[in-house]
Amino acid sequence: MLIINIICIALIVFIIWWFWIYKPNETILENHGQAVKVANGIYQPSFIKIPAHTEITLAFIREDESPCAEMLQFPELEINETLPLNKIVKIKIPALKEGVYDFHCQMKMYKGQLRVEK
Amino acid sequence: MNQELKPIKHSEAHYAQHEPSNSINEQLLLIEGAGCASCVGKIESALKKVPGVIKAEMNFADRSVSVEGSALSDQLIQAIQNAGYQAKLASNTSATVSLDEKEQEDQLYYRRLLKEMTIALALGIPLMAYGLITGEMSVNTTTERIVWLIIGLLTLGVMIFSGKHFYTGAWQSFKNHSANMDTLIALGTGTAWLYSMVVVFFPEMIPDMARHVYFEATAMIIGLINLGLALELKARGRTSEAIKRLIGLQPKTARVIREGIETDIPIEEVILNDKIRVRPGEKISVDGLVVEGHTSIDESMLTGEPMPVEKSEGDEVVAGTINKTGSILFLATRVGKDTALAQIINMVKRAQNSKPPIGRMADVISAYFVPVIMIIAILSALAWLNFGPEPAVAFAIISATTVLIIACPCALGLATPMSVMVGVGKAAEAGVLIRNGEALQTASKITAMVLDKTGTITWGAPKVTDIVVSGETDETTVLQLAASLESGSEHPLAQAIVDTAKEQQLTLFPVSAFNAIAGHGVEAEVDGKKLLFGNEKLMHTKHIQLGNFVAKAQALAEDAKTPMYFAINGELAAIIAVADPIKDDSIEAIKRLQDNGIRVVMLTGDNRATAKAVAAQVGIKEFHAEVLPEDKSQKVQALQMEGEIVGMTGDGINDAPALAVANVGFAIGTGTDVAIESADITLMRGSLHGLADAIAISKATLKNIKQNLFGAFIYNAAGVPVAAGLLYPFFGLLLSPVIAGAAMAFSSVTVVTNANRLRFFKAKEH
Repeated sequence: MLIINIICIALIVFIIWWFWIYKPNETILENHGQAVKVANGIYQPSFIKIPAHTEITLAFIREDESPCAEMLQFPELEINETLPLNKIVKIKIPALKEGVYDFHCQMKMYKGQLRVEK
Repeated sequence: MNQELKPIKHSEAHYAQHEPSNSINEQLLLIEGAGCASCVGKIESALKKVPGVIKAEMNFADRSVSVEGSALSDQLIQAIQNAGYQAKLASNTSATVSLDEKEQEDQLYYRRLLKEMTIALALGIPLMAYGLITGEMSVNTTTERIVWLIIGLLTLGVMIFSGKHFYTGAWQSFKNHSANMDTLIALGTGTAWLYSMVVVFFPEMIPDMARHVYFEATAMIIGLINLGLALELKARGRTSEAIKRLIGLQPKTARVIREGIETDIPIEEVILNDKIRVRPGEKISVDGLVVEGHTSIDESMLTGEPMPVEKSEGDEVVAGTINKTGSILFLATRVGKDTALAQIINMVKRAQNSKPPIGRMADVISAYFVPVIMIIAILSALAWLNFGPEPAVAFAIISATTVLIIACPCALGLATPMSVMVGVGKAAEAGVLIRNGEALQTASKITAMVLDKTGTITWGAPKVTDIVVSGETDETTVLQLAASLESGSEHPLAQAIVDTAKEQQLTLFPVSAFNAIAGHGVEAEVDGKKLLFGNEKLMHTKHIQLGNFVAKAQALAEDAKTPMYFAINGELAAIIAVADPIKDDSIEAIKRLQDNGIRVVMLTGDNRATAKAVAAQVGIKEFHAEVLPEDKSQKVQALQMEGEIVGMTGDGINDAPALAVANVGFAIGTGTDVAIESADITLMRGSLHGLADAIAISKATLKNIKQNLFGAFIYNAAGVPVAAGLLYPFFGLLLSPVIAGAAMAFSSVTVVTNANRLRFFKAKEH
């Protein structure tokens, strides 16, 4: 039983670390544009590093049939877009200050982040 | 996918537009059959040979090519086909086509979900029935092991065929350090199946009482959740009915006259200044100006105004409205995404996707929800293993699986957006355009409504009723001089005087040294005379003696007329009284607001007596007269200081600051673009009933959101502890994972269905 308890507690620690503490690698944006695929419940890439004070374009293509994937929101930027299936939707991101800007579906099950750095 | 994308030139996020050949634009094409990177050069080179193409760049990662230039999309597609590939426009040229495609895609997905559900339930239901009837689902003999092994493999087949999307989604999310509904379903069903297979393969490792298999739970949960997804998809479709109706208003073709020849062309090919013929019963294709003919047009689909509107030469017509009686010819003034209808659709879509502040708490919870549920599932299993009765392992597995399955992040996430979607759409149907979720929420809390008088309570189209002269100048000369002076002003009262002069066919003189004194009146030189025209304040400022004319003006004002003083060369020449008729339904609409407990306040630049008369006629007790344009926002702020949540309704440029300061700014649809831009809510028809409708719809929507949020919170807050076995020590109750699966599947459907109830909401009949 002791081993099972230790394994379960380790699992809890792992969940906390994996989902909340660990910072995944970011995709560094090159040349003002980045394609983002919406498939299998996630945005690929989900973490994108972009330069500050530079306008960029993200091209989303949704391959995920789930209606949850249909809506894309950048709440801080007041961008709400519908993503039709298998069609490219280009979203212009205005020049931003340094900081972290989330993007997600309406229910926050698909999540991504723009990390704006100098 | 980490490909470079060239920046696009459009200012908004949108798909490439199919535009006429004489304009430079960017089009995006999707390529099929491009299997290798060498295709890129071939396709780009084929496109660059098309006349009019300036630039063609292919993104191999997403098989798209961006083309800049003036070539038509058909030419581009042909060039790509000639090069040996297939291509189609990445965008749809019309919203209607896009909607049709979406419906087809949803239908395909719906059918697939139903197929997957059928397969899963075909295995799950007999298994569950067997378990319920015989109570025997344990593994004790070799024969049982063989039978359950076969069933276990069949269940694996169901997991792959019907539940593959849950497992791939869960794995992809996990790799991406995120967790979603798929994670919970995959973990729940996976745990049940794995434990059952351990029982089958290594029964000796498990205590006798715990040698139970849960294949039926795995199959049933997958089947039920697919059923839930299918029902949710259908219900979601209904939430967007309002926007579908708006999009459906857009005709597909227009009858254009070019070089004397009338031809029907697709709506996307209509360009500015095209002459378009509309026959009785046909829809207006784009926005324009009537150049020939006379007709009546049904604009109810946009404004909610049931009476057809008469249109003749010089009048504006709006895309999507229906030509009722005559045949007209009009000049296209706004096409494509610039038409009023396209902008309305765009605004409604954006508002439907925005969230009111009430949904923010659910957003915060959603962000932490799934990992927290995973932790609760582990803690629950641990509690059963350490403190539970025998068979503790079986109890631990059941409770962990049930916790994972019953938790529904989707119900929480859907609670707000679904209601906003239906509510904003419902408002649009009533001719009320709500800018965003925040405006929707605040409108539901309004306690005071400030109404501008002119153009809001009244028609804003005043007529000259009285000219009371003083001295030698006769009425006609007074009117002629006053009309000349006001000919440069856009004020509705000025317009009334000019119109009356024109009706009497008076010639207007040229004006010099014109000076508009905001909130007071105007001064200028006309025909060598120094003229002053305005209110009492202006006359006092300029030291004009009014004598007993103040009493005459007051008498006129008490009849709800607006008297204005007219002075020539420093001496009072006349009072010109103008009356602005009250809109037919203003009285009833104001009563509706008051009946809802809203404090109604009227503001006007008019004199006190006129304001009092109008206020009395429409049943408003509180009014402020002689308010300067810049003071309107101060009046709004003063109400806010009193603790009121203030709605401000106006139609003119001078209302824009007050509209912006108010908690909710309402622009009345007959108003100017500036007022509409400053407003949170736009009433597409001139009636004040739109205000009461807007508030009623926002209240109903907020109530619906609260019901949804409450339901979703309670469902999760009660469901998860029960699933963990909280009731077992007291009542011996432990939830079955199958029941949890059914509850989870229908929790989202319930939320969407409740939101759909709003479709049947009717603002009070009027």
